[in-house]
Amino acid sequence: MRVVVLAAGYSTTVQDCGRFGFRKFGVPAAGALDAAALRVLNLLVGNDECAAGIEISSGRIRLQFADDRLIAWSGGDFDVHAGAVAVPQLRCARMSAGAVCEISPRHGRAWLVISGGVDVRPVLGSRSTDVRARFGGWQGRALRDGDELLLGAPTKATARITSAMNGAVADWSGPQLSSSRAERGGVEGSRGESLQVAPRDPSTPLGMTLRITPGKNWNDEAGGQLLRGNFHVAVNSDRMGPRLEGANIDTAQTSELVSEAVVPGTIQLPPGGAPIVLLADCQTIGGYPKIAHVITVDLARAAQLQPMDEVRFELTTLEHAQQLLRQREHDIALFRAGLQARFG
Amino acid sequence: MQRDPLSTSRLRPGSFVCVEISTLGDSALLIDFADESSDPGMLLQRALSAADALERSKLPGVVEITSAYQSVAIFVDETNPEVSDLTEHLLTLLTSHEKPRAEQRAIMDIPVCYEGEFALDAARIASETKLPFTKIIELHCSIEFKVAGIGFTPGFPYLAGLPEKLRVPRLPTPRTKVPAGSVGIANAQAGIYPFESPGGWNIIGRTPLRLFDPTTTPPALLTPGDRVRFRQITRAEFDVARANEI
Repeated sequence: MRVVVLAAGYSTTVQDCGRFGFRKFGVPAAGALDAAALRVLNLLVGNDECAAGIEISSGRIRLQFADDRLIAWSGGDFDVHAGAVAVPQLRCARMSAGAVCEISPRHGRAWLVISGGVDVRPVLGSRSTDVRARFGGWQGRALRDGDELLLGAPTKATARITSAMNGAVADWSGPQLSSSRAERGGVEGSRGESLQVAPRDPSTPLGMTLRITPGKNWNDEAGGQLLRGNFHVAVNSDRMGPRLEGANIDTAQTSELVSEAVVPGTIQLPPGGAPIVLLADCQTIGGYPKIAHVITVDLARAAQLQPMDEVRFELTTLEHAQQLLRQREHDIALFRAGLQARFG
Repeated sequence: MQRDPLSTSRLRPGSFVCVEISTLGDSALLIDFADESSDPGMLLQRALSAADALERSKLPGVVEITSAYQSVAIFVDETNPEVSDLTEHLLTLLTSHEKPRAEQRAIMDIPVCYEGEFALDAARIASETKLPFTKIIELHCSIEFKVAGIGFTPGFPYLAGLPEKLRVPRLPTPRTKVPAGSVGIANAQAGIYPFESPGGWNIIGRTPLRLFDPTTTPPALLTPGDRVRFRQITRAEFDVARANEI
C-alpha cells in the first residue's frame, strides 16, 4: 500500500541507515543524518531497525495514508499531527486509511517512520537518497507534491504493538538518546549538556556545543582558535556539511594536502579559514586540512543545525568518544530488548 | 581501541616501516605512508598494496578499507569488542611488508573528444603551458595514468601521472556546472567528472563513457590502481559512442 505526498516541503528525502561498502568507488554514506534516531523510531513501530523513513527539514509536509499504519517521529522542533491528534516525539501513533499526517517544522530536522517502511528499491544496498548523484530513495531526488511512495508489509511486531495501544497515541515512548538533544537559546548553558527549555521563539538561533577529537592536521594555534571561536552556520549549508562563519581560523600553518579519506564528522579547514563540518552526504576524499573530528554521537546534534545557528567546540578524548558510542549502542540494545520482552 | 588521541608516528627499529597512523574521528584510522618515499608513484603503489593486504587479512571489527594516493583509511565498528588490538594488528601487517600481488592490470582506454565545445579551457591551458593545443592533446594521450583514488563524487577518478608540462592551476573561480564526462586537469592532478557538478579544474575534453552506474557491479568504471590511457576521438565518434552508452 501507499502513502501519498500531498505536500512535500523542501529537501524532504527518503533515508535509511546509510550506504556502506562503496566508499572506494566514491559513494557517500548518505542515510539519515541522525541514524540512531531513525533506528529507535523503526523499533518503536515494529520495523526492521534500518527500514527507510523520511527525513524532513523545512516546509509543511502532508502525507495521506492508503491503509492503516503506525507512525513515529523524532528530531528538532516540529509539530506533528495525525489527523486532529498531536503526536509527541518518540511515541507511535495510529494512522487510519485516508487519514492525513501533517508536519510543521519550526527548527532543525526530523525523521518520520511508517510501519512497513518506505519500500523504494535498494540501490547499492541502501534505500537512502543520494541527491548529488541522483540515485536511491525516491527517483534519486527530494520528494515533490503528488509523489506516491510504496510502503512495505507491516511485521507481526507492528500488529502486536498496534493491538497494545489503547488510544491513537501510545502511552509508552522510546528513549531520547542523550546526544540528540541540543541546547536552545544560545550557547550560554553548561557546555556539553543539554538544556530543557520551554518552546522557543523560532527566530532565536539554536546554540550547541559539539565535542571534537583532534584531526591529523591539528595544530595548537588553529586548534585553539577553533575551541575559542563562536561560529554560526552559513546560509549555503546542506547535508554535505554546514560551513561555519564568525571566527576565521588562521590557516598559515596549514596548506592544501595530498587528498585522503574524510568521514562524516571531519572538520575541514579550507584556505579561507571558515571550517566545514562534514555530514553524511560528504565526499569520500578531501584535500583540505582535517583539523578535528566531531565525535560520532554528536553528529546527531550537528544534524539539527540550520543557517544562523550558533556552534562552539569542546575538546574530548578518543576514549570518551568511543565510550559514548558504545553507551549509545547499549541504550538502543536495551530498548530493543525491552520491546522484544513486551511485544515479542 | 587503544590509540593516542593525537596523530601518532611509529618507527620500528630494524624495519623499514615508517608510517603515520592517525585517527580519522572515533571510528576510523588513517595510515599515511608519505615518510617512506619521496616518489609519489611508489607511495601510491605502497598504499594500494597495503589496502589490498588489509582487505585480505579481514581484521576483526574492520568494516571498510579505502586508499587514496599515499594513504589508506580503515573504517572500524567501535562497538565490536574485538577491535581493541587493531593498532598492533596493523603494525604487524605493515611491518611484514608482504610482497604486493603481482597484479598487472589491463589498461583502460578512455575515448576523449577534445573539440571546441567540449574543451572548455583549451585557450587557458594553451596559454598557461605555452603549448599549441594539438601538442597538449598528444601529451595527454601519451601518458599512462593510474587511478590514485575515487572521490569528490561517486565514480570520480583522481588520476596520477600528469607530466610537468601539463600542469595548470585551478580556475580562479570554479564553475557552478561542469558537464558530465568532462575530462579535467589541475596542478598535478587529472580526473573525469561522472556527473554534472560544480568544479574548478581546467576542462580539456569530454568522454562519452559513463563513469558511474549504480545498477552495475562494481558501480564505478574505474577502481583505485587501474591504469588509464586517453584516446582522441572525433565529434562524430563521440556522438555514436554517447548514443550507445544511453
